Amino acid sequence: MPAPPIISVSNLSKTYATGFSALKAVDLEIRQGEIFALLGPNGAGKTTLISIICGLVTPSTGTVLADGHDIRDDYRAARSAIGLVPQELTTDAFETVWSTVSFSRGLFGKPKNPAYIEQVLKDLSLWDKKDTQIRRLSGGMKRRVLIAKALAHEPRILFLDEPTAGVDVELRQDMWQMVRRLKESGVTIILTTHYIEEAEEMADRIGVISKGEIILVEDKTELMRKLGKKQLTLQLQQPLAALPPALSDFGLKLSAAGDEIVYTYDTKAERTGITTLLQGLAEADIRFRDLSTSQSSLEDIFVSLVKERA
Amino acid sequence: MNETSMRLNLRAIASIYRFEMARTWRTPLQSIVSPVLSTSLYFIVFGGAIGSRMQSIDGVPYGAFIVPGLIMLSLLTQSIANASFAIYFPKFTGTIYELLSAPVAWWEAVIAYVGAAASKSILLGLIILLTAGFFVPLRIEHPAMMLLFLVLTATTFSLFGFIIGIWADGFEKLQVIPLLIVTPLAFLGGSFYSIAMLPPFWQKVTLFNPVVYLISGFRWSFYGVADVGIGISLGMTLVFLVGCIAAIGWIFRTGYRLKN
Repeated sequence: MPAPPIISVSNLSKTYATGFSALKAVDLEIRQGEIFALLGPNGAGKTTLISIICGLVTPSTGTVLADGHDIRDDYRAARSAIGLVPQELTTDAFETVWSTVSFSRGLFGKPKNPAYIEQVLKDLSLWDKKDTQIRRLSGGMKRRVLIAKALAHEPRILFLDEPTAGVDVELRQDMWQMVRRLKESGVTIILTTHYIEEAEEMADRIGVISKGEIILVEDKTELMRKLGKKQLTLQLQQPLAALPPALSDFGLKLSAAGDEIVYTYDTKAERTGITTLLQGLAEADIRFRDLSTSQSSLEDIFVSLVKERA
Repeated sequence: MNETSMRLNLRAIASIYRFEMARTWRTPLQSIVSPVLSTSLYFIVFGGAIGSRMQSIDGVPYGAFIVPGLIMLSLLTQSIANASFAIYFPKFTGTIYELLSAPVAWWEAVIAYVGAAASKSILLGLIILLTAGFFVPLRIEHPAMMLLFLVLTATTFSLFGFIIGIWADGFEKLQVIPLLIVTPLAFLGGSFYSIAMLPPFWQKVTLFNPVVYLISGFRWSFYGVADVGIGISLGMTLVFLVGCIAAIGWIFRTGYRLKN
């Protein structure tokens, strides 16, 4: 029997006082121990969804269970299980790194544990900055401080809202490594991003949200397989006026100038049909100068999904 | 402690309280030097220069007479300023997200923020009292009552400041009530005079000013003289306290301004 979901969102809606409907009857389950990437364009409802689960925004309708606890009726238990790294770099200015991280642990009702805080700071390469005032840190370092604060109370669930927005390459690599370590230690991670490659590289499952609705939730590999088409482009020596009828089964596309044929196929299918196509071309005496293949990325999938809905 | 059985997050209250108090020690100029300086100025001007030409009021020399009023004046304004700023500033910078996402009940946050704001202004009141001791001979007839008034007033006005901090959505709003309402009421509440010195009509009007009761009761604890009965003063102070607690309870029960 599979473990119960660590977060279960049902029929969650949020309409702001302005009348803007940020979430529309969202259902979502997050599995224990996974890395879940929530993708969506700006204003799709990513931050609203996270804010409700973490207690920052009151939902209009619906329920959320976090670690088995209702986020309203049993908010202490639910929130104790959750750590949140917000999107904006909102930190105190005059506190030191050590005191702000220790403060977070106390705020969540955990007894002091300097050894644990030390480990968190070391894991985030913040140890040598522990006595530095936060205002003296760079943006990337502040981001690390926010992560350390979120981890200070040993949460079982970590939310990262746009964790790598405006972050340099080195820090992004560090952060990905840290996320993997956390996953290994059993922490469930939910991240929002509009960097598709981030989701592609990190996530176990991907959810796509658009205009307040979850339009897709899928295993990443499954998603890539299902929607991951590959294209073979053949550049012809002589332009064609029309495709020979013998090749009509392949669903080929001829470019406007008639000098390129594009064949779209499924990489995971038993037969890709490439050999037969090339034989057919040879029989029709169509010669080509060059060929290339390209695979659709998660980004292409994402863009086409969001466009479909638009 | 088992997380699921946490009914009271004492560690959170302690953490917020310590954080807020630490903020005071980081800015000693603003927190301690400035009130001591302004009190000294009041004593030089009102106690020394003007007071020397004034008669004593109810048998109390003018310089000594204004001490309780001066302390109250600072207590009111500083309690409001401390508490309103303490909750408004995290809203302004966005660091409030952490409080909202923490397993902390609203009343625990109120206890911590208001407790810290009140502690600071009580401390400040005592510093002013000490400073006053250098300028005028002090006499405190009812020290326990003096402390009770100090604590009740600091708590009440810190609660009031907390309400302002939640309500305010800009620095303008944060200033407007202290500046336009509390300071005039404090000055007209008998900080520098006995309301018996006013024409009869204004004596009646003054009784609508809540600060009158605070100052009168506080002065009574020093010199045993009062504009209104001590029982009434204490009663009114408690009414304001309960009123503020009720208002905060109402604010948090009916969708407050920290979340949307």
